[in-house]
Order: sequence, then structure tokens, then C-alpha cells
Amino acid sequence: MADIAAPAYRVIPIIPALKPGAMEGKGPFVANDKIQDALGFPGQLVEDWHDQAIAKMGELLGKYRSLKVYMDACVHCGACSDKCHYFIGTQDPKNMPVARQDLMRSVYRRYFTLPGKFFPKLVGARDLTREVLDEWHNYFHQCSECRRCSVFCPYGIDTAEVTMAAREILDSVGYGQKYSNEIIGKVHKIGNNLGLPAPALKDTLEGLEEDVKEATGIDVRFPMDVKGAEVLLITPSADFFAEPHIDSLIGYAKVFHATGTSWTLSSMSSEAANFGMFIGNYEQLRTIALRIRQAALELGVKRIVVGECGHAWRVAYSFWNTLSGVGEGADETDKFAMMLQKQLDHRYKQPMHICEFTWDMIGQGALSFDKEANDKHIITFHDSCNVARGSSMGGYPGGQFDIPRNIIKAVANNFYEMNPNTTHERTFCCGGGGGLLTDDLLDLRVKGALPRMEVLQHVADEHGVNFMACICAICKAQFTKIMPIYGFDRRMIGGVHQLVSNAIKLGEK
Amino acid sequence: MSTLFAILFYFATLVLVVGLFSRISVYTRTPAPLKIPTTPAPINTSGVVLRMAREVVFFESLFKANLWTWGLGWLFHASLALVLLRHLRYFTEPVWAWVAFIQPFGMYAGITMVLGVAGLWARRLFVERIRYISTPSDHLMLVLFLVIGISGLVMTFVVHGDVVGVKGFMLGLMNFNLQALPASIGLYVHLAMVALLMMIFPISKLLHAPGVFFSPSRNQADNSREKRHIAAWAKQLESEK
Repeated sequence: MADIAAPAYRVIPIIPALKPGAMEGKGPFVANDKIQDALGFPGQLVEDWHDQAIAKMGELLGKYRSLKVYMDACVHCGACSDKCHYFIGTQDPKNMPVARQDLMRSVYRRYFTLPGKFFPKLVGARDLTREVLDEWHNYFHQCSECRRCSVFCPYGIDTAEVTMAAREILDSVGYGQKYSNEIIGKVHKIGNNLGLPAPALKDTLEGLEEDVKEATGIDVRFPMDVKGAEVLLITPSADFFAEPHIDSLIGYAKVFHATGTSWTLSSMSSEAANFGMFIGNYEQLRTIALRIRQAALELGVKRIVVGECGHAWRVAYSFWNTLSGVGEGADETDKFAMMLQKQLDHRYKQPMHICEFTWDMIGQGALSFDKEANDKHIITFHDSCNVARGSSMGGYPGGQFDIPRNIIKAVANNFYEMNPNTTHERTFCCGGGGGLLTDDLLDLRVKGALPRMEVLQHVADEHGVNFMACICAICKAQFTKIMPIYGFDRRMIGGVHQLVSNAIKLGEK
Repeated sequence: MSTLFAILFYFATLVLVVGLFSRISVYTRTPAPLKIPTTPAPINTSGVVLRMAREVVFFESLFKANLWTWGLGWLFHASLALVLLRHLRYFTEPVWAWVAFIQPFGMYAGITMVLGVAGLWARRLFVERIRYISTPSDHLMLVLFLVIGISGLVMTFVVHGDVVGVKGFMLGLMNFNLQALPASIGLYVHLAMVALLMMIFPISKLLHAPGVFFSPSRNQADNSREKRHIAAWAKQLESEK
């Protein structure tokens, strides 16, 4: 992929001119029949795909109010039209959120509304042809479901919901995406996205214990499958082996160690990520989430803590209570949820983000830091999209912005914010989220990172920023790959708990 | 002509009411299986009411998105609201005091409404991105509002219509006691276009008006960890195992 170059920074971040067709035919690989079969989807495009797709769309319109209202309510005002990082980076008009939605809305109007049935041209309605279906596969895999458009829409229309529905329809007619579906297959079979079996995981954790012992002289444990542990840690499997992810895993372990918390990982449920969300399939989403429920019940833990992973935290925070009962406030008659909720300790939020855990402990004075250990880093913080716009922390609106920043400021001395139009709820996706973190979409990923790279360059020039912290496994993997293309050092990206790990004082208080 | 318009208005009202009612009942019946408020979001119902109020009254999100679109859009909608309220005088006898009070504001709001629509249309015509996403119906919708607005303004400020006659016709419609509609081209155009607007309301993008209240990303409280939220069809999956 040597031919992929970074687009030029915009001198002033003006809205780019349209380049129709710029990203046509640049979609992802199609899932083969083996991958599809494993998830119970048709192996290849079915004979009567047209009728089945329309039927599926009708079914989803009846199951999801979001989709129904979002199909009806758009007035084409254009508020979202310049908000998507993929539009900014590619200039393809079909990457404008409204135009992306219209790929489906045009079909909705044709088959489900009166004006579209009688006057299709007038309201921009289209038949679902093979070309349209291909266009769906192409452009609905150029959306990272980051929800930035939904912040600015006067009706809160969230393109992510439309993208999810489109992918669900595509899967149901046998036209899936290789990357996401292959990964989901691995979770079902082995328990994590990487397909890392239990013995390999055990080896890795033992290796980590040795590494930390060597570096600090202290026996920090990385326990697995410990029954009766207080905390079950659910973390993205990238944390077990990828750089810089692993440094954050070491950070979590050190925090647990320093606070004397008994904790465990689960070999059966060794994955926080849930790609079921990316493909918009409730059953897949639920089945993957149920592994965590099962692990929690089997291990008898009191608390469930989630590691640094953006969409995983959205699923955990917003969906787990619904999907698997991890949370509180179920009806007394709700046996399914109560079974687990009775076991969990409700003095603590369930589930809890590792940042909430660490920040609580800092607040209680249970941790102490040598901030100077991070002095080589001049730090900024990249809000990950799913954390920023799909979840919260700390039990109050905006806690998801404060808590990671508070931790950084507690463990390091040099911190600078990036342009406020690109942080907090207005943050830009890294360019690799939503099931797009695959090499067959590298060109798109590089272009989609443009708005973030522009403002990072700005703070690098202005304040000498040399470290961008984040709390998302996909952000970390994406930036490690694309930052060199923009001329940054790949080690410039890292986790918040990597910084915690650098500064935390172990063995003393 | 009076009978024709009477039939037209009865029909338009029927379409509007039945159409909107059925749409809203579909929205009400359709579940939202997952918690998807765009965060940061309020954590309780009173917070949601406030968020929705800011959205509906001030167009908060649009304000964040684009000041031009917000300014023109808000000008249009606020003016339209005043104009509609002013028109209550044609349907009430005696006219309520506050309706009488806002008459002059409502009359000038007609001008700002037309300016707002014209501005929005200019945006649609001249901004490349917005032109790209516009369908013929998007343009026609604005034309419709322009025709209604301008015909109304002409009757208000240029060729004064027989307002007493119009009021008699409207009160007659409401009491099923048909009265003559004053003969005037301007009035015919104005009323015909209003009736058309009423009829396309439930089947067009004008559904954004009820839609916003049903948008899960705006109307859900962010309390997913504290309260289990589950749709009936999703609950069924639990009993299957």
C-alpha cells in the first residue's frame, strides 16, 4: 500500500469543494461464504435479494423507532453536510452524512411512502437496483458510526443508525463485509477478536508479569479465571499484545495492585469489543455481550470494569444493561437480569470504566504518582467518538470528558488541549472506527484522519505536543498505522493508563 | 367557488389530522430497543424536557452546526409561528385579547418569514453542498411557502382583502354553516396553497415537526446503567433460552 499518501492539510479549514465519485468502488472486501455462514447469514448474494432487502428494511423500520423517524424527518438543511471526517478527507459528496442517509432514504421513499410510489423523481426516490446495492456496500462502509453528524442535526438524526440498518440488510441478503464478520466469527468461536486461545493468553499474561517484575521489581499480577475475585476486567484483546495497547493493560494491573483490588480476566470472555454493533445486528450484539454475563456469573465477581476501548465502552455503558443485565434497576420480576444484578455490588456503577475506577481511587488518596516520570511527554487528549457521543462516565453529563483529562493531569505535568471544535462532543473520529480498521480500507482511513491530524499538527507546532493520549483500542491501532504517513512518530499515540503506568508509585504510599 | 373551497378545506383538514395522527401513532408504537441519546445527555426526564425545549424553541443543535442556516431557519420558523397565531383572528369570535395584541407583530412577521424562506432558498441554490443534496420537492416546498407568504402580504399591505368576509367563511366552515368566500384571485391562491400544504404535511419532510419529539438521540435520558431498558421484541429473545 505504498501508493497511499496523506492529503494536504487545509491552510484554513474551509469546507472542501465536492469531488463526485472520488470514493466510488473503494469499499471493503466482501465476506466469503465461510465467514457469512459462521454468523448464520447467507453465504453469497441471494437470488431474490431485492425482495428480501425490502422486506428486511420493512422489518427494521418496525423494530427501530430511530430508523423510522430518521427516514422521515430529514429536511435536507445541510447542517451535517460538512461535519463528517470522511467527507472532509475524501471530498466525495456521498460521504456527507445527509447524502449517505439518502442512499437509503431514496429507497425508503420509493417503497414505503406515497409520494415516492407515485412521484419518485419529485422526492428523489429510487428503485433498489444492483447498482444501488453496490453503492450501499461501498458508502455504508465509509462511515465509522462516530455520531458526529448527530450532534449538529436539529432532529438528532444519527447516520450511525442508518449505517447499521444498511449493513444489517446487506448481511441478510448475503452481501457482508469481510473484516467485521470474520472478527465476529472469531469471538463466537474462541472468545476474542484476535482468535487468541486460552493457553496463549495465559502465556502472554505470565510474560507480562515477568516484564513488570523486571522493570519495577514488584510482583504485579495479571490473574486469569480467578473465581471469587472482586473485579472482572473486560478489555479489548488488542491490550494483550498490540503496541501501545499493552502499556495501558500494564497500567490497569498496576492500579489494581496499588489499590489492593482483587481482580481477574476471563479466558472465555477475553474481549470488550463488540463488532455486533458495527454491523447493526441485535442478535450478534447480544450474543457477544452474553459471554460477559456468563463469565461474571461463573466467576462470581462483584464488579465489572471495562478497559480502554471506545465502542466497547458505548456497548458496555449504554447497551449491556439491556442486552445482558450488567447494570442495575431491573424489575423484580425480570428474572434474567435479576440473576446477575443480585450478585453485583451496587455501591459501584455497573459496569465501570477503568478511568472511573482509577479516578475514584485517586480521589480517595489510594494512589500516588511521580508526575515527573511523564515529563518527557507533552500531552494532548483525543476524545474517542463512541466515548464522547455514545456514553458517559462519573454519573453526570460530560464526565466522559473530565475524568480522563483529570487522570492525565494527576499523573503528568504537561497538558494542552487541541482546537475545541475538534474535542469533547465535537471530536473527530480517528478514521478507523466502526469496522473500518482494515487494510483494504487504508486509503479511506488515511483520508479520514485528516481533520484530527491537522489540529494535532497545530498543537505540535504551537506547544511541542509529542504525545496524544486516548482511551480506545481502535484509535490506538489506527493512529499507529496512519500517523507515520502524516509524518508523525507512531509512538506518539498511547493510552491514558500508559501514562498512569509510567508515573504510578508501587510498593509505597 | 365557495363550495369548492369548503370541500377543499374539509378534505385538507381530514388528511392533515388523520395523516398526522396515524404517523404519530406509528412513531409511538415503534420501540427504541437501545439507549442511544447523543451524549453528553441529560440523566433524567426533566433534563430531557429542557433539552427538547432548547432544541424546539432555539434550534440548539443547528446553532452549533451553521450560523447562517440557523439564523435563516429560526427567522422563518419564529415568523411562521407568529403569523399562524395572528391568523387565529379568522377563527375566533370574539377575538382573544392576546391575538388582537399580536396582530401588528404578526403582520410584519409575514415579511420576515418571506425573507427567511428566500434566504434558505438562496442557500439551497447557491451553496454547492446544499444544492447537491436538494431534491425537486425541497425547492418546491420553499416555493410553496413563498407563494403563501407573498400572496398573504399582498392582501395585507397592497390590495386589502375583505377580511370580514373571509372570517365569515371560516367561522361558517367551523360551524358547518356555509358562508360565501369573497371573490379574489389573491385569496384563492393563498387558500389553495395552504390547503395543499396541509395535505402534504403528513407525507413529506414536514414530518420533522412531530419527528423531533420522537428522536431517540434527543428524547432519551442517559440513565442506561441505572435503569434496565428493554423493548418487548428484545425481551422475547431472553425467554427463548
